[in-house]
Amino acid sequence: MSKTKLQIFTNGLYKENATFYQLLGMCPTLAVTTSAINGLGMGLATTAVLVLANMAISLLRNFIPNKIRIPSFIVVIATFVTIIGMVMEGYLPALYSALGLFIPLIVVNCIILGRAEAFAYSNNVIDSFLDGLGMGLGFALSLTILGSVREILGAGSIFGFSLFGASFKPVLMMILPPGAFLALGILMAINNNYKSRKA
Amino acid sequence: MESKLIVSSSPHIRSNQTVKSIMRDVVIALVPATLYSVYIFRVNALITILLAIITAVATEAVIQKIRKKPITISDWSAVITGLLLAFNLPASVPWWIPVIGAIFAIAIVKHAFGGLGQNFMNPALAARAFLVASWPVEMTSWITPGVDAVSAATPLTLWGDKMQPSIMDAFLGNVSGCIGETSALLLIIGGIYLLYRGVIKITIPAMYIGTFAVLTFAFSGFDFVFTFYSLVSGGLMLGAIYMATDYVSSPVNTKGQLIFAFGCGLITFVIRTYGGMAEGVSFSILLMNVATPIIERYTTPKIFGGAK
Repeated sequence: MSKTKLQIFTNGLYKENATFYQLLGMCPTLAVTTSAINGLGMGLATTAVLVLANMAISLLRNFIPNKIRIPSFIVVIATFVTIIGMVMEGYLPALYSALGLFIPLIVVNCIILGRAEAFAYSNNVIDSFLDGLGMGLGFALSLTILGSVREILGAGSIFGFSLFGASFKPVLMMILPPGAFLALGILMAINNNYKSRKA
Repeated sequence: MESKLIVSSSPHIRSNQTVKSIMRDVVIALVPATLYSVYIFRVNALITILLAIITAVATEAVIQKIRKKPITISDWSAVITGLLLAFNLPASVPWWIPVIGAIFAIAIVKHAFGGLGQNFMNPALAARAFLVASWPVEMTSWITPGVDAVSAATPLTLWGDKMQPSIMDAFLGNVSGCIGETSALLLIIGGIYLLYRGVIKITIPAMYIGTFAVLTFAFSGFDFVFTFYSLVSGGLMLGAIYMATDYVSSPVNTKGQLIFAFGCGLITFVIRTYGGMAEGVSFSILLMNVATPIIERYTTPKIFGGAK
């Protein structure tokens, strides 16, 4: 059963979405989505690393010995995370400081390691590129949705634009850590309900 | 002939208690404290209580309709959630606080986990924690009893101050604080009624209040006055008698209940004495609610002859 190129790409967008379906990468998902822009920034940074790491590992897959493949993946991923981190620090300093520690922590993001192990290590470069792009954009989309919900409720704005005016009393808890769990749980419940109805 | 031989599964002994009768008894037990709170905090308290109850009942009906479950708003359980939530709010809150709190309590804490009997936390307390975390200013603006309500600190915040109300006022409830927590006397009377009706057992309230009293007594340098004052002020009576005894979110057997109530007393004491907040009853009960499954796991009686 071989998938078409389009299926490989769309697989990660919704069907096997990293956040809502595979529940991977929960640490950045919960920690940085205090606003829509943070979620989007984190998602795109992860996408860039994911695409590059997937392609590199796919290219190197015949040279990496099976027994030390995990350390090899980590070295490849860490290289790209360092590059992305430096690029962000140089060109997007505000976003870089907002995301802080979570940029270097992309190294240990299980989505990237998971796709390297599950997909890139046994597929060709083009497929790995599409898979990385789909998974990454799906992750970015989920983080943006989560960040938007939390920002709208917790700060009364979206992407920094105020929505409701001064009389709105924001639900402070939504931008605190408990709000991340609440928002993620409710969004996941809505998604599962939708999926179970369709099936 | 055949019909006489039918063996039904347990339970074989049925009591007259139903969800409805238990819930109605709790409402009856809370009536004196409710009336008194309306008397001391006037129309603000009345509006808050009514809004919380109406919203809770309406939310329950709407959610049960959406979930295509039988609508059970006549069993009083949503009324109690609304009432207990209002009891945990200051009398001066704006109108939308009890409304949002009641929706959160019923929709998220109760029905998202499966409805009555499935919630892992006390809905009213979880809603209060949500409100305190979201709107800290509105949730801690206390007012004094009486018609000309002015903002004031609660007795727990005032300890050691000249302004501190007398012990008798704190016991009877003529002090500032949340709507339903001020009168220890009326809450205890309601508790005695519940004990008499067999709705609650003495285990949890006694262990909770006892643990807290012993710890406070020992750590305040054996100060009788302060210990008694701590017992009757704040939400301790309300929490120990009406919230910690929630059937759903507290352990089932006596051993588990003792551990549960000891934990509540200990955490309340730690928060009140060393914590940044003046009051710790609600968070102590919520924390022990979360610990209930693990308490149950280690206190379940072993089956005779079963695995070691």
